[in-house]
Amino acid sequence: MELKDKLVSSFLAFENTVDVDAAVHDIRSQAIKTFEEKGFPTKKEEAWKYTSLNTVLKHDYSIFSKEENALDFKDIKKYFVHDLDTYKIVFIDGKYSSHLSETTHEKIDVCLMSSALTHEKYSSIINNYFNKIAVQDGITSLNTAFSKEGAYIFIPKNKIADKPIQIIHFSTGNESAQMLQPRNLIVAEENSQVQIIERHQSLTDNPVLTNAVTEIFVDKNAIVDYYKIQNDNQNASLIDNTYIEQQTQSIASVHTFAFGGNITRNNLNFYQKGERIDSILNGITIIEGKQHVDHNTLVHHTEPNCESHQDYKGIFDERATGVFNGKIIVNKEAQKTNAFQSNNNILLSDKATVNSKPQLEIFADDVKCSHGCTIGQLDDNALFYMRSRGIAEKEAKALLMYAFANNVLESVKIPQLKTRINKLIANKLGVNIGFDL
Amino acid sequence: MLDIKDLHASVEGKEILKGLNLNVKAGEIHAIMGPNGAGKSTLASIVAGKEEYEVTKGNILLDNEDIEELAAEERAHKGVFLSFQYPVEIPGVTVTNFMKTAINETRKAQGLEEMPAKDMLKKIREKSELLEIDRKFLSRSLNEGFSGGEKKRNEIFQMAMMEPKLAILDETDSGLDIDALRIVANGVNKLKSENNAIVVITHYQRLLDYIVPDFVHVLYDGKIVKSGTKELALELEEKGYDWIKEEINA
Repeated sequence: MELKDKLVSSFLAFENTVDVDAAVHDIRSQAIKTFEEKGFPTKKEEAWKYTSLNTVLKHDYSIFSKEENALDFKDIKKYFVHDLDTYKIVFIDGKYSSHLSETTHEKIDVCLMSSALTHEKYSSIINNYFNKIAVQDGITSLNTAFSKEGAYIFIPKNKIADKPIQIIHFSTGNESAQMLQPRNLIVAEENSQVQIIERHQSLTDNPVLTNAVTEIFVDKNAIVDYYKIQNDNQNASLIDNTYIEQQTQSIASVHTFAFGGNITRNNLNFYQKGERIDSILNGITIIEGKQHVDHNTLVHHTEPNCESHQDYKGIFDERATGVFNGKIIVNKEAQKTNAFQSNNNILLSDKATVNSKPQLEIFADDVKCSHGCTIGQLDDNALFYMRSRGIAEKEAKALLMYAFANNVLESVKIPQLKTRINKLIANKLGVNIGFDL
Repeated sequence: MLDIKDLHASVEGKEILKGLNLNVKAGEIHAIMGPNGAGKSTLASIVAGKEEYEVTKGNILLDNEDIEELAAEERAHKGVFLSFQYPVEIPGVTVTNFMKTAINETRKAQGLEEMPAKDMLKKIREKSELLEIDRKFLSRSLNEGFSGGEKKRNEIFQMAMMEPKLAILDETDSGLDIDALRIVANGVNKLKSENNAIVVITHYQRLLDYIVPDFVHVLYDGKIVKSGTKELALELEEKGYDWIKEEINA
């Protein structure tokens, strides 16, 4: 059976596990219809021209994990930023692990989507925010149809989360192939602040397909920083759909560190709904083999005096392929918008490919919008210069790549996370020199 | 120390060095002069190990060891240093961190421990004072936005940090005003000892007023065609290169 048919027919079984009388369930029922109609995206769609899901969709995925699986913290400690005190929301094969998690309801809510969707005390937040900005395309609708579990974070007015929050999804490989569909909701009310680190990690080479949807609401003057670490195994594919709505004078940043996985597609959408908003989209991609990473971004400016800053760096070796598709829309009313976009790529091999496409739709006349895209190689003269100072070729190349990616790394506000990412990069580049550029 | 014998080298099939001989002993300063296109910078790059040049004949010996097959970094580990005519801009890497990496990578290759941070800082302070380099300068990206003079001064600062056995200064005087020239030359002279050697490649005699060579060679059409003492440099300054060309063609 094709995956699409399997998913649609699984919906009945899924309905036995949720409250079909809840208001949310109408949304799910509608969503499965949308998915049935639209299905998975194909390369015929402009936005998916360079990313094919065919090879990923052919596996016979388990839609629901059959059993509860446990993990020992010591075996998976390395996937956490463990030298940092954080709240933790941990899932194993899509199921919540209370053993590995550290949640809270004190002043802020850091807990589970399954609670939020079923408990009365969250119903007004769910009614106000759930599925309000997620778009109605096939893939997001699929997630919405099966939305049941994920992270729920609520930071009330004037509260600052006292420590960062880590959201980690493990897949154990106990199923021969597993599909996961986490659904996250993050609401940061007026004047609040929160930092979130997210990671998807499969622990074996069994195929995993994650189709994640995260909705983030950033109210007036609130600050949300979201860090995504995508360093999964070679048979793990990820479609990560993130929707962010920002109100006046809020700041939201999403950093995406894509170092692994099979096929990774990031759909990152920012909707600005007020004035003097700042949206920051940063990314470092370092991949090799036949890995594929596709960043598909949208920033929609609707009000005057707002800014957006996009900076994506990519390093591609062997037959790796990258895509950057950055769309900026500036409405007629959004005068004095400053929108910047830059996408720089280094190809280390003749067989690596990058497709970079800026799309600017500007309807206001008094705006500053810029986009720049480069695709190049490491500079031979720079390499010789460094080698003539005793730095071996591999280290010289690594140093140049570090320097290339450094301004994105510099924008990471959590020092322990920055150190961790630094190490991941060193590991990735196969060098053992502690650069502190 | 450096013994180059009958060196022939080409780039993209074009022969640039055509049987060059040069012998430099420890404690000596040699100047190599010559008209544009004679092969001066090629010689510097080949000794430092630039890969795009192909040595078709002859040998380059450093302390009696053939270094022809060694990579640029391995030559650096053995004490070869090239001060670049056109230092490369490397955005995102600060001068300090570049030097730290260069020194520690070299020490690693020599089987030594990394230099303790305290010693490194002390050395950086000492050598930057020698070259009259502002501390702020050291935390800037390597060569990025540096003036011509700053780049050259930074090259000699790197030389001071690396303490090479053999330093080749490729047109270090170009782009320097007279004050900077004095500072750079003073730095080079302070680094000079009985145990190291310096090869100065230059167009003009001016630098040789400050860095006084023991020997002066004229490189023309891929060969050393004339050698002498520092007086030869003065003669070249006065008469240009045409008389040498005539001498050879005669």
